[in-house]
Amino acid sequence: MGPLVPDIITNELNLIVAFFIGIGFGYILEQAGFSSSRKLTGLFYGTDFTVLRVFFSAGVTAASGVLLLANFGMLDMNIIYVNPTYLYPALVGGTIMGVGFILGGYCPGTSFCAAAVGKIDAMVFVFGGLLGVLLFSEMFSLVENFYQSGFLGYLTVDSVLGISKGQSALLLIVIAVGAFIVTTKIEQKFNASSPTRNFPLHYHRFAALGVLLLGLVLAVLPDRETRLLANASDEIFQKENPVKLMTADELAFRILDRDPSLQIIDVRDAVEFSKMSLPGAVNISLQSMFGKEWRGLLAQPRKKKVFFANNEADAVRAATLAGVLGYKNVRVLQGGFEGFTQTILNAELPLRELTRGEADTYRFRLKASPQLATLIRERDQPKFVEVRAKKIQGGCAID
Amino acid sequence: METKYMNPYLAGFLLGLILLVAVFVTGRGLGASGVLRSVVVASVTAVAPEHAAEGEFYQRAAPKGTSPFKAWLVFEVLGVILGAFLSGVVANRLTLKTEHPPHVKSRLRLGMALLGGVLFGLGSQFARGCTSGAALSGMAVFSAGGFLTMLVIFGAAYASAYFFRKLWI
Repeated sequence: MGPLVPDIITNELNLIVAFFIGIGFGYILEQAGFSSSRKLTGLFYGTDFTVLRVFFSAGVTAASGVLLLANFGMLDMNIIYVNPTYLYPALVGGTIMGVGFILGGYCPGTSFCAAAVGKIDAMVFVFGGLLGVLLFSEMFSLVENFYQSGFLGYLTVDSVLGISKGQSALLLIVIAVGAFIVTTKIEQKFNASSPTRNFPLHYHRFAALGVLLLGLVLAVLPDRETRLLANASDEIFQKENPVKLMTADELAFRILDRDPSLQIIDVRDAVEFSKMSLPGAVNISLQSMFGKEWRGLLAQPRKKKVFFANNEADAVRAATLAGVLGYKNVRVLQGGFEGFTQTILNAELPLRELTRGEADTYRFRLKASPQLATLIRERDQPKFVEVRAKKIQGGCAID
Repeated sequence: METKYMNPYLAGFLLGLILLVAVFVTGRGLGASGVLRSVVVASVTAVAPEHAAEGEFYQRAAPKGTSPFKAWLVFEVLGVILGAFLSGVVANRLTLKTEHPPHVKSRLRLGMALLGGVLFGLGSQFARGCTSGAALSGMAVFSAGGFLTMLVIFGAAYASAYFFRKLWI
């Protein structure tokens, strides 16, 4: 379902949504005290840890929410914007920003809020920010190579740490709660007028316990993809939800007949696919079936989606998963591509007497074999590529 | 009389919900520094169109025929300004003033705010986002780059805090 843009909410309406989301963002930042540079920098002098509390609470809430929505199949993690990781520019840019934070007392978002409530230093900060961006723009040709260096892809923390997303959420929660406890003790020691002295301790312990429990649940819950994949790979589940098979002869006939309702889906890996595949086939990995990327293609009701892999079992798993995900009119190539090669591509007349029906079949196979071999050799580029959903553009960068 | 600030955990929770709504509805998180770029690109294009047409950065940021202002972040930040203003009205915090500790001169504070702004603007372009777009929003979608940027920003701020302590305490 989510993200709602661009299918449910148009790109134009999205700008209005942006405005209202911004109002909420600005309102909360100001309510939290982020329009005060002294409050913001208190974080770095041990006098006021409001920023840390707000920042971590927001991060934990949003990350847990994103994960829960994804686990219930309501948010497609494959197409939302994940900030790319450019190692060296992040290190250098982050360092410059950190020093800028201490000198200026704001970051861009908080400076907008502070300027909105009349802080002159914040207005000057915003102006400085514009000068900084101008400086970067003017020297862009000098730093472009550096700007593009250290690209590690759209890396996520869970893949870096080699744990699941749920476990990284738990880790984030544990770090956040730990930081809340430690910084509150520091603040109570260094700031005699800190509001933390009057914290109702009871409630805060209760809240910490609750959020840690949520983290545990997130860490233990298998994510939706793992769960559905386990189902699709389970033989008992496959027996209870059988997929229809298509014989090699029928598939060969439909290919040669240029059947418009046929959509062949190759579930082998991308390397094998790029070397050789059946005519008109698209390559869909198990993982990408969860996302919106191929939904347009898989959801066409009148298309017969014929899944194949080298063996039948791999294709049955993929087709079962397609069924679980609600896609209809799914077939599996009987005997896999190995069987197809044997019966059709390497068709030979058996050295025994044939019934009339058998003779017809073999005549067809012998005729189909060279035609299909040619089609496979001169394989068309995969069709329907244009129905693939695009990744959403976001973030603050040009690339 | 100014109203007290909101409980920070509650504020963080609400902020997290807004961020979650942003990701769920639009597929992207919040941001701020991207708007500085929109303004710079638009201004340079208006003042020196030939220069903007030559500069690769300007062309990549706003290819010909597209307005740098018809951008998601521009609308979002307009909302941020209005939202903060409304909060200032509600909390009775609207005053035109320069905030600084008693021993720091107003002029020094403004000079440092300018310098800090320049650095933040510059750094945010290198890191492809600031505390909002890279650190906070990156965290929500488990981006390694987002976490890294957050750690480096706060690490560098802590590392340099001692040297500039006279500005704040």
